[in-house]
Amino acid sequence: MQKLDYLKETPSQTAGPYVHIGLAPGAAGFDIYSQELGWDIAGPNAKGERIRVEGIVIDGTGSPVKDVMLEAWQANADGIYAHGEHAGEVEEGFRGWGRVITDFNTGEWGFDTIKPGPVPARGLMTGVRPAEEEEMQDAYGRGHAGLRAMAPHINLWIVARGINIGLNTRVYFSDEEEANAHDPVLNIIEWERRRQTLITKRSERDGQVVYRFDIKLQGEDETVFFDI
Amino acid sequence: MKPGEFYQRDRRWHPAAYDKDYKTSVTRSPQYALISLQNSMSEITGPVFGHNDIDPIDNDLILNYAKPGESPIGERIIVHGRVLDENARPVPNTLVEIWQANAGGRYRHKKDTYLAPIDPNFGGCGRTLTDENGYYFFRTVKPGAYPWRNWVNDWRPAHIHVSVFGSGFAQRLITQMYFEGDPLIETCPIVNTIKDKAAIGQLIAPLDRNATIPLDTIAYKFDIVLRGRRSTLFENRLEGN
Repeated sequence: MQKLDYLKETPSQTAGPYVHIGLAPGAAGFDIYSQELGWDIAGPNAKGERIRVEGIVIDGTGSPVKDVMLEAWQANADGIYAHGEHAGEVEEGFRGWGRVITDFNTGEWGFDTIKPGPVPARGLMTGVRPAEEEEMQDAYGRGHAGLRAMAPHINLWIVARGINIGLNTRVYFSDEEEANAHDPVLNIIEWERRRQTLITKRSERDGQVVYRFDIKLQGEDETVFFDI
Repeated sequence: MKPGEFYQRDRRWHPAAYDKDYKTSVTRSPQYALISLQNSMSEITGPVFGHNDIDPIDNDLILNYAKPGESPIGERIIVHGRVLDENARPVPNTLVEIWQANAGGRYRHKKDTYLAPIDPNFGGCGRTLTDENGYYFFRTVKPGAYPWRNWVNDWRPAHIHVSVFGSGFAQRLITQMYFEGDPLIETCPIVNTIKDKAAIGQLIAPLDRNATIPLDTIAYKFDIVLRGRRSTLFENRLEGN
């Protein structure tokens, strides 16, 4: 038999406890780069609602994990990603990507950004036009080709000591109830109860909109993680 | 051209989340199965970096933290290679970031209290963009092995941490590069979170005598493979299909 000539993906390894040296050296305790990357997701010109997303990562014993690095990837307020393959323009300075680390003492993390708009769902992306205006999604991931948009969400990638391969999850918003109900990704999670682990609670603090997103790596109310 | 999806990740090739011999993974590994997502725009796109984001010296760890006229102590090495996808196509203009301990196995990190000393001329991080052919290189010193609290007498092999982006967020990868011939590789619980010997082999950089600079710097070659992308031939179904 012939051999398939694909290469194999380089296998993942943990980022380890000193990930900050490479990806956030200021936090490790030294200044080396003229600018660190990932501290400003949206930039000053981005339109849309300014929000803060914050939380804590909790391990299987219920303890905060204090050496995590999280990266966010999101669209702008019009639902456009800052990437050549997504048609449309984003505001100057809008990168859509951010990088934060947890506080060494408390485990708290947070980033300031804008609330993203709805992004086209799979069907539209691949050129399939919706056969009907609204097509519902079943619990096994079938039939979502006709859906027009995903609910507003931020994609998160989480690495740390003890995490052998980065964990992918999504942040959805509690004040987008209608869009969340029709989101094709939330709807492939068969257990409705687990969908709640991805929906952040909106609150206000000193006039600022804050969404709380605690991530539970393991155990009761474990956060949903995706194989993307 | 319509953007295509990434090939499914082979999660038997990668380490599993839970591995009892790497103790920290025991309480940091999800117990529920991952939910599989077919790629949407959210996974196919990813951050774009340019030469404005970094400085030319950022890939030279021998210079980027040294005092003028001084340099770090250790074996001077070049680490170079290509970033490719599973179709063996180069991944151009992508950000590669590295970090490592110094020649004595000590990290410049406020949480590292190992008794081996800090090198005043060595920071331990670097970054670069691949060129149009997917090629990258760094200059650094070879890191030392260091002990860690796992089993009583565990030592990490010499390694360099490597972070790569690719063109889509689904390609995001962090891994570790090891050095040809290091006897610590075989016994390391972190290396052995990977169960396939061939997969471990993919993390071991061979000595590359062709890239050595005579009487100056020795070289290791480390190619990185990111997920490949589907052709979109059968994705573009016609309206009404």
